[in-house]
Order: sequence, then structure tokens, then C-alpha cells
Amino acid sequence: MSAHADTHDAHDDHHHKETFITKYIFSQDHKMIAKQYLITGTIMGVIGVMMSLMMRMQIAWPEEPNVIFKALLGKWAPEGVMDADIYLALVTIHGTIMVFFVLTAGLSGTFSNLLIPLQIGARDMASGFLNMVSYWLFFISSVIMVLSFFVEAGPAAAGWTIYPPLSALPLAQGGSGTGMTMWLVSMAIFIASSLLGSLNYVVTVINLRTKGMSMTRLPLTIWAFFVTAIIGIISFPVLLSAALLLIMDRSFGTSFFLSDIFIQGEVLHYQGGSPVLFEHLFWFLGHPEVYIVLLPALGITSEIIATNSRKPIFGYRAMIASILAIAFLSTIVWGHHMFISGMNPFLGSVFTFTTLLIAIPSAVKAFNYITTLWKGNLQMNPAMLFSIGLVSTFITGGLTGIILGDSALDINVHDTYFVVAHFHLVMGISALYGMFAGIYHWFPKMFGRMLNKNLGYVHFWVTAICAYGVFFPMHFIGMAGLPRRYYTNSAFPLFDDLQDVNVVITLFALIGGVFQLVFLYNFFSSMFYGKKATQNPWRSTTMEWTTPVEHVHGNWPGAIPEVHRWAYDYSKPGHDEDFVSQIVPLKDGEEELQH
Amino acid sequence: MTALLSILVLVFILVAIWQMVKIFDLTQSVSAGGNNQIANDKDNKINGYLMLGFLIFIYVITIMCFAMYGDLPLMSNSASEHGPDIDSLMIISMIVIFFVQTITQFLLHYFAFKYKGEKGKKALFYADNNKLEAIWTIIPVIVLAGLIIKGLFTWTTIMNVSTENDPLVIELYAQQFNWKARYAGEDNALGKANVRLIDIDRANILGLDESDPYAQDDIITTELHLPVGRPVLFKMRSQDVLHSAYMPHFRAQMNCVPGMITQFGFTPTVTTAEMRETPEMIDKVSNINKIRVEKSKALIAKGEEGLERYEFDYLLLCNKICGKSHYNMQMKIIVETQEEYEAWLKTQKVFKNSLVENN
Repeated sequence: MSAHADTHDAHDDHHHKETFITKYIFSQDHKMIAKQYLITGTIMGVIGVMMSLMMRMQIAWPEEPNVIFKALLGKWAPEGVMDADIYLALVTIHGTIMVFFVLTAGLSGTFSNLLIPLQIGARDMASGFLNMVSYWLFFISSVIMVLSFFVEAGPAAAGWTIYPPLSALPLAQGGSGTGMTMWLVSMAIFIASSLLGSLNYVVTVINLRTKGMSMTRLPLTIWAFFVTAIIGIISFPVLLSAALLLIMDRSFGTSFFLSDIFIQGEVLHYQGGSPVLFEHLFWFLGHPEVYIVLLPALGITSEIIATNSRKPIFGYRAMIASILAIAFLSTIVWGHHMFISGMNPFLGSVFTFTTLLIAIPSAVKAFNYITTLWKGNLQMNPAMLFSIGLVSTFITGGLTGIILGDSALDINVHDTYFVVAHFHLVMGISALYGMFAGIYHWFPKMFGRMLNKNLGYVHFWVTAICAYGVFFPMHFIGMAGLPRRYYTNSAFPLFDDLQDVNVVITLFALIGGVFQLVFLYNFFSSMFYGKKATQNPWRSTTMEWTTPVEHVHGNWPGAIPEVHRWAYDYSKPGHDEDFVSQIVPLKDGEEELQH
Repeated sequence: MTALLSILVLVFILVAIWQMVKIFDLTQSVSAGGNNQIANDKDNKINGYLMLGFLIFIYVITIMCFAMYGDLPLMSNSASEHGPDIDSLMIISMIVIFFVQTITQFLLHYFAFKYKGEKGKKALFYADNNKLEAIWTIIPVIVLAGLIIKGLFTWTTIMNVSTENDPLVIELYAQQFNWKARYAGEDNALGKANVRLIDIDRANILGLDESDPYAQDDIITTELHLPVGRPVLFKMRSQDVLHSAYMPHFRAQMNCVPGMITQFGFTPTVTTAEMRETPEMIDKVSNINKIRVEKSKALIAKGEEGLERYEFDYLLLCNKICGKSHYNMQMKIIVETQEEYEAWLKTQKVFKNSLVENN
């Protein structure tokens, strides 16, 4: 069905008549699958953000009955006062949805699918069928995750890290019953989806590049997606094994993670296991996961900053090197989540060392972005604003990593709001900005129409101010010792003086959250009524803009163009235009930069 | 109600903005002969200036946060021997961060303002410079090397608890949702224990081995009293799920893991009474009490009970998600003189006398 590499001529495919189902539902076309990922991811994003707003309202006004809780939480908020169990469930499902369903599947799934074939010059993914299966597994896992909210005893509530024994024992917590089973099943399916997707991306990038598209001519987006997929393939199976072992412990009486437990008046039979083992397995995925979320966003940003600065990205090779360095280091730093887990302090020293090393490639990337702006001719499109915003939050959030990665300092700020502030800025907000930037930039490619730029500006500026307004003060309440995941702080008069900060944070969160409606409105209305896009609206060099605006199966109506130069010939001296597409042959005597 | 009102107000603002943007769009498409939704010089200019404004916003919020919350007593007044080491490392790291943050945010936003696009301008084709790359690889390497070395020295000193200076051995025992402390008694050696030996009927709540001679003089309490100036070695246990013993004033934290014993040691240096008398703490407490008086008024007006007056105490908090009442799993810590400590300890029952005989 799909336009495979072996059918060199896309016209062959037009003999099949596409039905509604094969075109919009069980589609094997990477462009349609990208849209499916995007829309599913957006819906999950709305759910995830609504949960965070409810948590913020609970923290700011803990005793007050709230009609919103009453309407949305039903039996979990009798008289409109939120129940402590459901607060932890919100914490858990918000984290899970945002990290996996929005920022992994929604971000990577959308843009890897859309851009890999288009930017490397391929007719489609290596396997359109696997790609379709990957999306539908993701869809099923999303549905299961959302449905877990309707379980009698409540959804999983042990935090997105689901540390056993809390997650293993229904006696410890209502959510650790059927809710946790659904969480585990959903995640197992999600991991299968993610692995199928990642394998497909890697194979496609290696095998299906068009003539002339050498690895060092690839846009940085593709490098980022490619390396992200490799990290995913290395680390996701480890989480799958952890989830399976946890299922064994929960349902089949094994003791991988459990030992010597006395709960609710009875001694359980478990003996010899260790929760610390689970922590190792979890974070062996959990930390690379941060980069699985972040690298695609950085790749998107590289592309958008270069295009809108009308300048080549500064230090193309250094950017690739730092992506590879980050990917390698990301697999040997997981222990910094476990400095005080009871593991040997010597291991803590090792992980401090590797963790702080990762700051070096990150710094190189940040400086290269800044230098790319220098002496540019910056086109302030909404995508560009979000990209600059990403660099800003990436720096602010990344810097506090120096404190958290330092085992001695981590003792005192571990699991406080300092951590919440750090990771939300450096991976949450940054990756979300990357996703928004990508949507604003490639919306014309996806839907053939433009997003409204003025709504885009409003969206960006309010979001940018609110993001700092929410997460910057959080560092300080964290340093004042306020633990995270507390349903209310009113049990500790010690923290009473932090309550007004918490109210301010909540107000910023509400404003920022509600203003995402501007984006949603823009997104859905522009899809149908937006200004019609031209073929290359941002005057970009990469190959996706050489395809027609109207999608065709196989991407290019004729033969796939050949590539003659790298992806960043912006404002190159000797050319009239300030960009030269990758498919334009070198002029006589013109040299390709050795990058 | 507050929340609902705030959201309603936001929605109205949103509608207003939507309408304004619509009008703005219409005027643009009339005046500029069609709005193609791509940034023009005017957009570049406005957003360039906004970038500069945003830089100021970042600086202002930084200064405000430092001025208002930068000297919270928890950050400055540590009450353990190793506390000042952590605090000084923290301050050094903060200075480095502050410095880098100020400069990089300036460059980023200033460039975004300075080089905002104009029609007809051409950007500089500048793709690479190995010297620059080397500079900003090497500078972070040097700075981080310094931080790593200092950090690791601090870490090793804190974590390698030596038993040579005769530390007071105390077990911290965690369960959903409270803490217990077990003092080792005269022999300063904890008796063997396992949750399998818990016998609620005999009030053997921590599962001590009743036949172990070391266990006989152990003392189980619900408050943690520490003599000032004496090293303490905590042995942590949990009976059900993961907990984390967080003692922020002492810059101490360690997880309690079912099935294993974890440890953390520190020397308290400031008694509770002394801490209450420090000027920072007096300020903090009076501020908190002002807030509590206000809250009490509101509560009493509603016909509920008012809040108690707050008095400072060191606390042990649970800092690892452990279930429904995680937010209220705490134990009071009292640091006192050796004499006060001994006097208190005498009032507590030793293990062998606390057991209930059941016939």
C-alpha cells in the first residue's frame, strides 16, 4: 500500500483507490500518521495540563471547596474538597501523560514521522505498516491510561516513578490495585509502540536517504530524531523488563523488588528482593527518557533558529558531536536520581562525576544557538519565538542541574520543589516549547495552511511569562525545604510563610493554562480556515519544502530530487537569495563548506 | 469559589484578546494588501523589543525572588556540623549559576533584539569557528572540575560515617504514616529486629528479637531527642513502603527501604532553645504567627476552631511519596543539652519492660 523504496515511481500507487478508512484511520502514510500522533498528543496534553491546574489549585487553596473539583473529580471530591488519594493520582498520571504521551509520543511521534522521510528524501518510512501499528498501539495505551481514572479504587497513585512497594501493594494504597495494573499494561503497550516507531526511524534514516544526502548533510532535526530513536531502543526495553517484573511481584507472588514487609497487621511472604533494584531499572530508562524528550526539541530548534536567523547553524559538527555526547552520557548518569536511595556512597561519587560532565555538551549547544543569532537577520515568526524561549528555559533549568547533580547538595534539595522547578524548566517547558515551535513551523507542511501569527504572538508571550512565573519561585520554596507531592502544606506551620508564593505560582499557572486555549483555537480553526500556505513559506533550504503543498502519496510527484549541499546555506555569499535549497547543484567554482 | 472566579475572569480576558486579534488581523490584511501570516518588519521590531522586555522580566523576577525568599532561615541556618559545608558549596554553585545565567540570558535576548530582521538586510554567513568552540568547551570543563572536586570531598566526608568517635546509635523506623525512634540504650548497640517478629499483642511493634540481649535495653519513642554536640548515627528501617527521612535543618536525608538498613550520620550543633532565639528564627516565627492569626480570624468567623500559635521545632519529614497521608508524616526533633537528654531518656520505658505479657 505505501510507497516503498522499491517502488521507485510513486505513480504506481495511484492505482489503489483510498477509502476513508485507509486514508484517515488505518493510514500507512507517514504524514497522516504524524497528524494522528499530533492530535492524540494534543488531547493527552490538554488532560495532563488540566490535572496540573487542579493540583495547583489544591495547593494554593487547600481547604476551600472548589466547584471545578466537584465537576471533574466527582466522588473523589466530596463537597468539592479534593481527596488526598486523588491528589497523588493526579501527580502520577500528570507526570506519566506529560512525559510519555505528550513529550515522547506527541513530540517524537509527530515530528519524526513527518520530517524523517521528507527531509532525507524518502517516499515514506521503511515500513509503513509497522508505523501504523506503532500509532495504534500508542492510541490503545492512551485510552487505557485515561480509562484508569474510572476504576473503583482510583488510578495509579505512586508517582510516575511507581516505586515499589507502594506501587506493588494494594494494601498500601487504593491506586495500587486495578489502577496500577492498568498503568503497567498501558505502559507495556506504549513501550512496544515506541520501540516499533524507533526501529522504523533508525532504519529509515540509515537506508532511505536520497542520492547525495550523506550523514553530514542531514539537517540537525534528523540527527536529533535518529539519536533519540537509538536511545529509546537501548533504554525502553529496560523499563519494560522492570514493568514485567513488577507485574510478576504483584500478581504471581515473586519477590524481585519486595522483602520483609509488614502492612496493615500482616507480614507478607516476600523475601530477598530490593526496591533499590527497581529504582536502578526505572532510572536506566528514566534518565535517558529526559533526553528522549529533549533532543527532538533541540533538533527542531536548531532547524528553526537557523532558518529564521537566515544564517547557518553555528558549529554544525559540534552540534552533532554534542548530541552524540549527550546520548552516550545519558545512559550512564541514572544514579543521580538515587544519591540518597541507600546505594553505596561511592556510586554516588561516580554518578556525580558523569552527571556534571553532561553539562559540557549542553553548554556547547546553548552557546552555539546564541552565536547563530549573532549578526543574523532574525525573522520573528512564532516558531522562532518559541525556539528562543526554549534556549532561555533550557539554560535556566539546566543550570540548576549543577546543584542537583552534585550529590552533596542533592541531600538537602532532593524531592523538594527545587527538583520540580528544575525538571519542569529544563525538560518540560523546553520540550513543550520545542513542540510548539515545530507546530508553528511545520503546520503549513502538515495542513497546507498557515497558523495565525498574531494569536501565535499572544500565545508565546503569555506562556513565556507564566512559565517563568510558575517555575522560577519554585526553586526558592524548594530551597526552603518544602517537599513535593504533599497534598497540602497545612500540616506544617513551618511552611505557612510559603503559602503566598504558592498562591502566586497557582495564579500564573492558571493564566498560562487557560491561555493555551488561544493555541487550541488557532490550531483547529487554522486547520480549516487558515490562510493557504505557499510551497516554502519560511524560505527554508531543507527538502520537505520542495514537495507540493497538497500531500501526495510518495511525497514527490516525480523522481526524488538529488541533494547537492548541506542543509544550512543561508545568506551564502555569491547567491542572490538568502537561502539555497539542498537540491540546488553547486555553481561552477562554488565550494561546499566542509562541515 | 476563588478558583472559579479567577478562571471566569481569565476566560473573559481570553475572549477579549481573541476579538482584538481578529480586528488586528482585518486591519492588517486591508492595509498591507493581504496578510500571509509570515513575520514582517513590524512584527520583527515589536517582538525584538519584547525580547528586551522579557530579559528585564527575567532579571526582575530573579532579584525579587532573592530579595523576598533568598534568606529563608532554612537556607542559611544549618544546625549540624556538616551543614555549613553544604551551605558554602551551595552558595558557590549559586554564584556560578547566577553569573552564567545573567550573561547568557543577556546575550540571547539582546541578540534577539539587536539583530531583529529587516527587509533587504543580509545575515552574516558564519558557520564555524573551532577556537570559539574550544573556548566554550574548556571553560565549562574547568568550572565543573572545580565544583566536582569540592562536591565530592563534601559528599565523602558526610557519607563516610566513622564509628571511631563513639556516635550515639539511633534507629529511625518508618511506617505509614508515622515515625518511631529506637535508642540503643546503655550498651549503645541496637538489638536485632525484623518485621517478621512484630507481635502487636505483646506490643513488640518494631519486631525486635526478644531473645537478643542487646535488644533488652532498647528504648522506643515517638519523639527524637538528640544531645547537642554528640555525633549521631541513624540506622533507618521501613516496615512497609519506601519513606525518606528528611531533616532539612540538619541538611540530612536518607531513604528508608523495606528489607534493608540504610544509614546517615551527623552531629547536631544548635539546641532547639538556641535556634528559637536566633534573630532570623524570631523573625520567621513572628511572621508565621501573623499569618496564622489572620487565618484563625477567618476560621473563627466561619464558626470553626482557630489555629494554634506556632513555636519553632526541628522536624523530621517524610520526603518519599508513601501513600494517602504522606503529607502529614512527621516527627518532632528536640536538640538539647546532654543533661536534659539523659533526664528525658530516663523517663522512657526500656524494651523488656514495655512488653505486654499475654497468657
